[in-house]
Amino acid sequence: MSPRTPGAQLPEHPDWLWRTPDPRRSYDVVIVGGGGHGLATAHYLARNHGITDVAVLERGWLAGGNMARNTTIIRSNYLWDESAGIYEHALRLWEGLEEELDYPLLFSQRGVLNLAHSLQDVRDSVRRVEANRLNAVDAQWLDPRQVKEVCPIVNISPDARYPVMGATYQPRAGIAKHDHVAWGLARSADAAGIDLIQNCEVTGIDVTGGRVTGVRTSLGPIAAGKVALCAAGHSSVLAAMAGFELPLQSHPLQALVSELLEPVHPTVVMSNAVHVYVSQAHKGELVMGAGVDAYTAYTQRGAFHVIERQMAAALELFPVFARAHVLRTWGGIVDVTPDASPITGLAPVDQLYLNCGWGTGGFKATPGVGWVYAHTIAHDDPHPLARPFCLDRFTTGALVDEHGAAAVAH
Amino acid sequence: MLLIPCPWCGPRDEAEFGYGGQAHVPYPEDPTALTDEEWARYLFFRNNPKGPHPERWCHAAGCRRWFNAVRNTATNEILAVYRVGEPRPVIV
Ligand SMILES: Cc1cc2nc3c(=O)[nH]c(=O)nc-3n(C[C@H](O)[C@H](O)[C@H](O)COP(=O)(O)OP(=O)(O)OC[C@H]3O[C@@H](n4cnc5c(N)ncnc54)[C@H](O)[C@@H]3O)c2cc1C
Ligand SMILES: [Zn+2]
Repeated sequence: MSPRTPGAQLPEHPDWLWRTPDPRRSYDVVIVGGGGHGLATAHYLARNHGITDVAVLERGWLAGGNMARNTTIIRSNYLWDESAGIYEHALRLWEGLEEELDYPLLFSQRGVLNLAHSLQDVRDSVRRVEANRLNAVDAQWLDPRQVKEVCPIVNISPDARYPVMGATYQPRAGIAKHDHVAWGLARSADAAGIDLIQNCEVTGIDVTGGRVTGVRTSLGPIAAGKVALCAAGHSSVLAAMAGFELPLQSHPLQALVSELLEPVHPTVVMSNAVHVYVSQAHKGELVMGAGVDAYTAYTQRGAFHVIERQMAAALELFPVFARAHVLRTWGGIVDVTPDASPITGLAPVDQLYLNCGWGTGGFKATPGVGWVYAHTIAHDDPHPLARPFCLDRFTTGALVDEHGAAAVAH
Repeated sequence: MLLIPCPWCGPRDEAEFGYGGQAHVPYPEDPTALTDEEWARYLFFRNNPKGPHPERWCHAAGCRRWFNAVRNTATNEILAVYRVGEPRPVIV
């Protein structure tokens, strides 16, 4: 038996950190969706703009959607300037967030390796390292031996089906404990007087003369000066309530954990080519994710063959995992855009705001989204970092095409 | 794991199929006549309902033929399958 109780260093499970108020009949701002993005937006509406007549409406319990289901990888090593702008802004906020929220988030900058398995991967990766450096994002190119130094359990044998030909390395990347992030943000928003309302499903959006006036909910109608959508996988359903469509497809995305193990995996490893990403959580479980299931669905579950394929890839890369067991698998519903970049900004309806399309990779952006989206809502004008991610890029053609370019899986 | 009834081969495991997205999206008759908005809609906007969804599947590891299915995206229940060229069945 191990002398160290797994998880012994973790803080105690908290008591309730926020009130459970009944909704009032009217708010200046109603945020739809109490995941990480909705809570971060509430936090920064109060903190940066002094706007506290705000309700966050959540159909389930707080942060029970993708916020509870993601693999918590945080990084900012995206290829394009627009992406580096918003994700690096988020990473800098992460670096001060525990202090800002006065709450332990177990934010651990253990670095991320994005593996290259082909000559084309190598070229794209080196290009991305150079692009990152130009944007003041920390990035290095590592050869296979250096990869092994950072993560000794990676198989760098040239005989592997997909040999490791090198990797990009972002030392400031890492993971955080997603529940704590949600709790810390919720506690801060609640303390500022913002109402967090659970078990309150938005069932309709009232629009009069092209302008939003409120929402209908399972707890009755609520009038609102502004309505900000943060509904991730359900964004298309909400947009339909307001009478417009979004270029989104909602897919299941699955992940899994092993039993608790002694520390064996010191960093985060991602491989786009074989579609797997792995880290070891603070408690000791190996956390792994895959690519999306192929078809659209709102079921919060996916197919087992996707997990099987992902495990096969993981075993190639980490032969030592052969003795580990899958303890639990689950799925979330992610809203994917055609260019794999988010949509955040104004909507085709006045005083209604859009934040969606973060797909498989929005956890890392949580504080950055909150900051930028709160600005967009407060000023009725997109924050400069959000401007490239407005809905009209699909008409102008100014896509931010991160597909394949920047290890977009997460 | 879904059991998908191919209209030619009968019920088969999901792993045998490829997904083709929304069905009944015709190529624009005169692409050069489209406005930017219309072109954007054709290229980038597809239905994403929570409920019945007519969509294309290809029995890639079987008869290799494309067909259409109406699947409820909230439950994954397959409500109907029909061959390419056949009209979309009315789902009640
Ligand atoms: C398996 C998996 C792994 C992932 N791994 C990573 C990763 O490693 N790194 C990373 O950066 N990202 C990752 N992601 C993506 C990330 O989780 C999402 O991009 C991000 O959580 C989305 O923002 P959110 O937290 O606000 O979403 P959510 O937590 O899903 O919040 C949306 C909320 O809206 C609510 N809602 C929906 N409809 C309504 C309604 N009508 N009325 C009221 N409320 C409503 C939902 O109940 C939900 O709570 C992963 C996602 C999944 C599923
Ligand atoms: Zn067939």
